[in-house]
Amino acid sequence: MIGPMLAEAVQALSSNRLRTFLTTLGMVIGVAAVIIMLAVGSGAQKSVQDSIASMGSNLFIVLAGSASTSGVRLGGGNASTLTMGDAEAITELGSVNAVAPQVSGNAQVVYGSYNWGTQVFGTTDDYLVVREWPMDAGAMFGDSDVRSAGRVAVLGQTVAGQLFGSEDAVGKTIRINGSPYLVTGVLARKGQSLDGRDQDDTVLVPVTAAQRKLFGSRFQGTLRMIMVQSVSEAAMPQTELEINSLLNERHGIRAGQDPDFNVRNLTAVAETAASTARVMSLLLGAIASISLVVGGIGIMNIMLVSVTERTREIGIRVAIGAQPRDVLLQFLLESILLALLGGTVGVLIGVGGTLIVERFADVPVLISSTAIVLAFAVSASVGVFFGWYPARKAARLEPIEALRYH
Amino acid sequence: MSGAALIRVEGLSKDYVTAAGAFPALRGVDLEIREGEFVAIMGPSGSGKSTFMNLLGCLDSPTRGRYWLGDRDVAGLPNEELARVRNRHLGFVFQGFNLLQRASVVDNVALPLVYAGVPRAERQARARVLLERVGLERYADSLPSRISGGQQQRVAIARALVNRPRVVLADEPTGNLDSHTTEEVMSLFSELNREEGITLVLVTHEPDVAEYAKRVIRFHDGVVVEDRQQQLRTAQRAGAVA
Repeated sequence: MIGPMLAEAVQALSSNRLRTFLTTLGMVIGVAAVIIMLAVGSGAQKSVQDSIASMGSNLFIVLAGSASTSGVRLGGGNASTLTMGDAEAITELGSVNAVAPQVSGNAQVVYGSYNWGTQVFGTTDDYLVVREWPMDAGAMFGDSDVRSAGRVAVLGQTVAGQLFGSEDAVGKTIRINGSPYLVTGVLARKGQSLDGRDQDDTVLVPVTAAQRKLFGSRFQGTLRMIMVQSVSEAAMPQTELEINSLLNERHGIRAGQDPDFNVRNLTAVAETAASTARVMSLLLGAIASISLVVGGIGIMNIMLVSVTERTREIGIRVAIGAQPRDVLLQFLLESILLALLGGTVGVLIGVGGTLIVERFADVPVLISSTAIVLAFAVSASVGVFFGWYPARKAARLEPIEALRYH
Repeated sequence: MSGAALIRVEGLSKDYVTAAGAFPALRGVDLEIREGEFVAIMGPSGSGKSTFMNLLGCLDSPTRGRYWLGDRDVAGLPNEELARVRNRHLGFVFQGFNLLQRASVVDNVALPLVYAGVPRAERQARARVLLERVGLERYADSLPSRISGGQQQRVAIARALVNRPRVVLADEPTGNLDSHTTEEVMSLFSELNREEGITLVLVTHEPDVAEYAKRVIRFHDGVVVEDRQQQLRTAQRAGAVA
C-alpha cells in the first residue's frame, strides 16, 4: 500500500513544483539555520575548552593585595606583600601539587638584527608543571639557575619565530633589555588564552634573575603572583582554605582584618566561560529551531490548502473503497516527503554555509554528525506533526459531501 | 436472465436534519433487485432518487430500515466496513466522470485495486483488459484530459468494473454528455448487461436514457410511485447498435 501511495505523493508534489519549492523553503532555511548555528556554537564551545585545557588544570593564583598609599588604593598585585618565602611555604602544603612564583614585565628582546617587544615572566621550572606546558626544543632552566639568578631564557613559539625564523634558537644568546641571556629551550605552541592573548608571545627567565636584574623591585624578593596547582579537583576547596590560613599566619593578619593578598580559583573562572559558551550554543540552536517550527507551519498551511483543493479527489478515492487510514496516510506521506526534502536540501546548504562562515568570517566551527541526524529527525517529525491535522481532516471527509464539492 | 435477489431493502428511510427540523428524504422504500437486472431510477429533483442511490452505494447510512447486499445486512456497518463493501462489491460511475486528472488512464482504472491490495503487475494487467473491453486500450498511458468526455466516461466504466463488483451504480452517467456520446455510453452499458450479465442501477431524468433499461423505478417525495418492466425498445436499440 505504501509503494503506490509514495508514488502518488511524489506525483502530487512534482505536479506543482513552484508550490513545493516555496513550501519546502521554510524547512530548508530552518534546517540550514540550525546546522550553521549549532556549528558556530559548538565551535565557540570547543575553542573555549581548548583554551581552558591550555591554561592548566586545578589552578589558583595568589595575587599580592591592593596597596594603599595616603588613602589612594591601587589594584591587586601592586603591593609588594608576596615573597619567595610565601611561595616556598605553599609548596609544603599537603594538597598542593606544584607552585610557580611569578614576576613579570615587558621587555625588548634582541637577537642579531631582529628585535621584539614581549612579556617576560620570571619563574621556576615548576611553571611548566603548573601550566602543563611541554618543551618543543632544548630544556627548561633548573633549580641551580634559579638559585644563582643565571642569565638563561626559554622562549615561546612566537618570540622564537620573530627572532630566529626557522633558525634553531637553542644555544644562542639574546639580549633582554640589553643584558645577554643564553636560550636553553623553546616552549611548545600553546595558542590563545581565554581572553584572546597569544600565550606563545612570552619569554621565561629564572625568577631571581627577573627580580634582581630585569625589573629591579623596591623590595628585593617580592613576587607579583604565585600560581598554585592543587593535587586534584576535589582537593581545591581544601587548598584554598590552606593557602588562606597559611598566608594569614605568615602575614600576621588577624580575624576581621583585610588580607593583603588575594586567592583566585582560575578553574572556576574557566568553567564560567565554558558554561557561557554552552548557553550561547543552546541559545543559537533554540533561535534557529524557531525557524524550523515556522517552516513546519508553512507545510501545514499548504497541506490544508491542498486538502481543500483535492476534496473531490478524496471523495472519489473514498467512494471506490479507500479506507480513512489510506487517505490519512497519503496526505501524511506528502507532508513528510515535503519536510524531508526540505531537510535534505537544508542539510546541504547548512553544511555549505558553515564552510563559508569558517572560510570567510574566520569563526571556529564544528559540524557534528549528531546535529545533521538531529536536523533530519526533527524535519521528519515536523512533517508528521504539522501534516497530521490536514491529513486527519482529509480522512474525515464525508464521501457524499466530498463528491459534491466543486 | 434475472437470478437471485442481489439487493433487498425494507422500509429504507433517510431523514436529513436541517435548520427547519428533520426533513424526510426517503420514506420507507421496499425493493428487490435481482442479479443481472438493468434498472433505471427516475424522478424529479428532490424525489429521493439520489438519496436512494447514496444508500445503495454505501456512501451513506439509512436512518431506518434494512439493506441486504447479497445475504449481508450492510445498513449500519462502520465506515471502514462500508469502504470495504464499496471497494469489493460495488462499482461507481458518476455524472462528472470523476477521474483523477494527474493519473494516467490505466492508473485510473486500476485505482480500486490499489485499495484492494492487489499487486502492481496484476493491477496493470486487469486494468488493461478492462480498457480493451471498453475500446480504449490505445489511450492507456494518456492523461484523462487528453480524451473526450464520452471516452472519459468509458474509462470510468472500466474503473467501476475492474474489481468485478456485484452491481454497478451509475448516477446520471450521461448528464454531461451530448446525444451522440450518450448513445455510445448507454450502448456499452446495455452490452455489458446483456453479454456479461452485469447488474446495473442507474439514475437518470432523461427518458431516452431510461429506455435502455429493462426496469424503470420512479420516485416521488421519497417513495416509489412506479415500478415496471420494459422489454421492447431496449432490445431493439441494443440490437441495432450491436
